[in-house]
Amino acid sequence: KFSDAAMAEVNEIIGHYPPEKIKSALLPVLHIAQAEFGGWSSPETMDYVASVLKIKPIEVFEVASFYTMYHLKPVGKCVFEVCQTSSCWLNGAEDIIKYIGKKLNIKVGETTKDGMFTLKTAECLGSCGTAPMLQCGASYHENLTYDKVDKLIEKYKSEGRLRSYTDKDYQNTL
Amino acid sequence: MGRKLLIHNDKVPNIHTLEVYRAHGGYASVEKALKTMTPDQITDEVKKSGLRGRGGAGFPTGLKWSFLAKPPGVERYLVCNADESEPGTFKDRYLMEVIPHALIEGMITSSYALGAKTSYIYIRGEYFYVARILETALKEAYAAGWLGKNILGTDFSHDCYVQVGGGAYICGEETGLLESLEGKRGNPRIKPPFPAVAGLWGCPTVVNNVETIAAVVPIVNEGGEAYAKIGIGKSTGTKLISASGHINKPGTYEIELGIPVEEFIYSDEYCGGIRNGKKMKAVVAGGSSVPILPTELILKTAKGEPRLMTYESLADGGFQTGTMLGSGGFIVMDEDTSIVKNLFTFTRFYHHESCGQCSPCREGTGWMEKILKKFLNGTANESDVELLWDIQSKIEGKTICPLGEAAAWPVAAAIRHFKDEFLAVARSKKFVDVSHYDRLNKKALV
Ligand SMILES: Cc1cc2nc3c(=O)[nH]c(=O)nc-3n(C[C@H](O)[C@H](O)[C@H](O)COP(=O)(O)O)c2cc1C
Ligand code: SF4
Ligand code: FES
Repeated sequence: KFSDAAMAEVNEIIGHYPPEKIKSALLPVLHIAQAEFGGWSSPETMDYVASVLKIKPIEVFEVASFYTMYHLKPVGKCVFEVCQTSSCWLNGAEDIIKYIGKKLNIKVGETTKDGMFTLKTAECLGSCGTAPMLQCGASYHENLTYDKVDKLIEKYKSEGRLRSYTDKDYQNTL
Repeated sequence: MGRKLLIHNDKVPNIHTLEVYRAHGGYASVEKALKTMTPDQITDEVKKSGLRGRGGAGFPTGLKWSFLAKPPGVERYLVCNADESEPGTFKDRYLMEVIPHALIEGMITSSYALGAKTSYIYIRGEYFYVARILETALKEAYAAGWLGKNILGTDFSHDCYVQVGGGAYICGEETGLLESLEGKRGNPRIKPPFPAVAGLWGCPTVVNNVETIAAVVPIVNEGGEAYAKIGIGKSTGTKLISASGHINKPGTYEIELGIPVEEFIYSDEYCGGIRNGKKMKAVVAGGSSVPILPTELILKTAKGEPRLMTYESLADGGFQTGTMLGSGGFIVMDEDTSIVKNLFTFTRFYHHESCGQCSPCREGTGWMEKILKKFLNGTANESDVELLWDIQSKIEGKTICPLGEAAAWPVAAAIRHFKDEFLAVARSKKFVDVSHYDRLNKKALV
């Protein structure tokens, strides 16, 4: 069940659409649900979203399986999505990916044993002028260097909390 | 210094707030439009301005607006395309993040012209934090009476909402976007019907890029003719260009259409030349989908004339020797760049982003990615170059949406202009990536 704060947000979003078209709220509401319920879109989460929007569970799954931001399997509290497309590649994205992998002792797609970090690659995130970059939750971390990656990992580890796309305290500086 | 109309105030502290934006002349276009102009007069000004869609295709905006069906009693919608996912493109993000009210003002003025009571800004999900910035700005605009019921005491009422996507390039294609806005997978629709007739929930809809909508503000303020005076021929006004790659000063620049490409790349006002004193090898001038050009052809047309930053000049020579202005995603590569590897990153992208409805696109992109992978692991043969050419040539014109073509064009252009490089990699049976990444600093890998 959504917390009161999340439910208020969901209701506001539903209000953006004509009453008979509230299925339109699915993408944003699923983002909120994923953030509320452990950082991934479990079958239970999807069923719940379906009941809130009065649509069939399969309609939620269709959407969740189409878009890259909905995780259909459990992920770490911090998902590092490193852009690997042209401009980022030209600026060393592959080395950043390797560096993070070695440092966390995981391969792309894997999660650390403590459940803290997942490493993923991503396609162009609209940050090509500040490449290389990674996204973690709502935050864009740009102009990455090995040094910045070290600090980032340290910071996220010490804070230890789940990072979601819906976070309001995004921080793009580090 | 060229004239700027969109981001001239980007360095003003707190320009993201309504107060500061207003103090710098913000929302004047709404006042002028609602109090002194009819909707058709605005559309006429947009027509006169020569404004062309800034999302990539360059379709005349005034003409698009005039196609909007207006059956009585049926809602019409304006939808802003803020999906910005074309590799190399980050100009809309800059505009929305720094001056969110510039987009909101454009949404209100444009909606008045189109008779839309409701508008949506569909923004890519990864830009969640930008959506928050827009939402804060929208709240300010509502509180100040720029949105909501009876704006400025007129009988025009308008609501504008932000909707975040879920991460899919194909939702930048306008009908894929509308599907996504309806809460479905972003599978593009077969056209016709066009959105102007049957768009969001089957209602007449105009879909415009962020920058297009923001450009309506100076057009209304200063008049279409004044706007059309900037630029050359059918390339009027200013354009945001997001520059990246091996240049000294990557970033988002507003240029007057018509400046020479050479000036854009080498002058300190813009990209500031190639990093580390290297030579330039190639440029992708308008986002990943447009043909890559080698240095000789990006600086000068095949006829030997200086290439200009206009729709026409960049396209001069067709796909044989030209390219496209596209989305304004300008990627510069230095002499050490492997064109083969760069193409691989593009093709992997298109394979990842194909929605899978059409087999030439779904299978073709995957097949091309696989072959390019062979080049990178040293198992490609010379005949694979022909094979790549063959596959890409069989996609164009055979798909529902232009993503298939967008995937084919970069392959064709890379082979057209850099065939020897592909052959050399195939012959040597190994791939050596000599690019160096000075910005990672020198610390060794752990
Ligand atoms: C695969 C694909 C991706 C696209 N992505 C975008 C995009 O991210 N942003 C955008 O404004 N237009 C994008 N377009 C173009 C839109 O379909 C549409 O032409 C545009 O939003 C119209 O607005 P404009 O006339 O103001 O340019 C894309 C087109 C295709 C085929
Ligand atoms: S061309 Fe590709 S992306 Fe476009 S509809 Fe067909 S399969 Fe989908
Ligand atoms: S290429 Fe990495 S953000 Fe655009």
